[in-house]
Amino acid sequence: MGRSLKKGPFVDQKLLGKIDAMNESGGKRPIKTWSRRSLITPDFVGHTFLVHNGKDFPSVFVTENMVGHKLGEFSATRKFIAHGGHNPKL
Amino acid sequence: MARLLGVEIPNEKRIEASLPYVYGIGPTTAKRILEQAGVEPDIRTGELSDEQISKIAHVITESETLNCEGGKLLIEGDLRRELQGHMKRIASINCYRGIRHRKGLPVRGQRTSTNSRTRKGKRRTVGVVRAS
Repeated sequence: MGRSLKKGPFVDQKLLGKIDAMNESGGKRPIKTWSRRSLITPDFVGHTFLVHNGKDFPSVFVTENMVGHKLGEFSATRKFIAHGGHNPKL
Repeated sequence: MARLLGVEIPNEKRIEASLPYVYGIGPTTAKRILEQAGVEPDIRTGELSDEQISKIAHVITESETLNCEGGKLLIEGDLRRELQGHMKRIASINCYRGIRHRKGLPVRGQRTSTNSRTRKGKRRTVGVVRAS
């Protein structure tokens, strides 16, 4: 079930503010954010985000075809450590 | 075995039941197609006249009111290609769903501790080999 269209895309206000500030100053510094739930809108394109994954802030460079996804989709919250780490001969 | 749109070969079932053999046509779409083509859904596929078959084919390829968005119906190769395109895009942007597709694991949050055999394929033991 998708989100109702009448509400429009959801982006955290705080994050929007940060992007606007960045656009105004014309800077290209990465934007640190905890807002994994924000939808990537066309204004995000070209910026780099540091998206919190519960521990670190992996950097996410937003390109055009990421629009419509959420920021959190690009910052994995789980780390897979390979099976079979022990030495069976010991 | 009747041929419909080149490769499709539905069998001796009711036409309503054999249309879903085409990739991209399900029970609902089949009903809609027959309604638009003006063909009884209960006729056996083998008993359809050539005229009726071509009418059905015409509806499938030309009708603009078949799929839910009111667009043309995509079937077989075209549909498969479109889905593949979506998957490629998702994989190329490195999002969670793309990663799951690449690893051959379930994409929509199902459990993987057990089950998920469709995605994971045949069981294979992984991890520590017991010293005996």
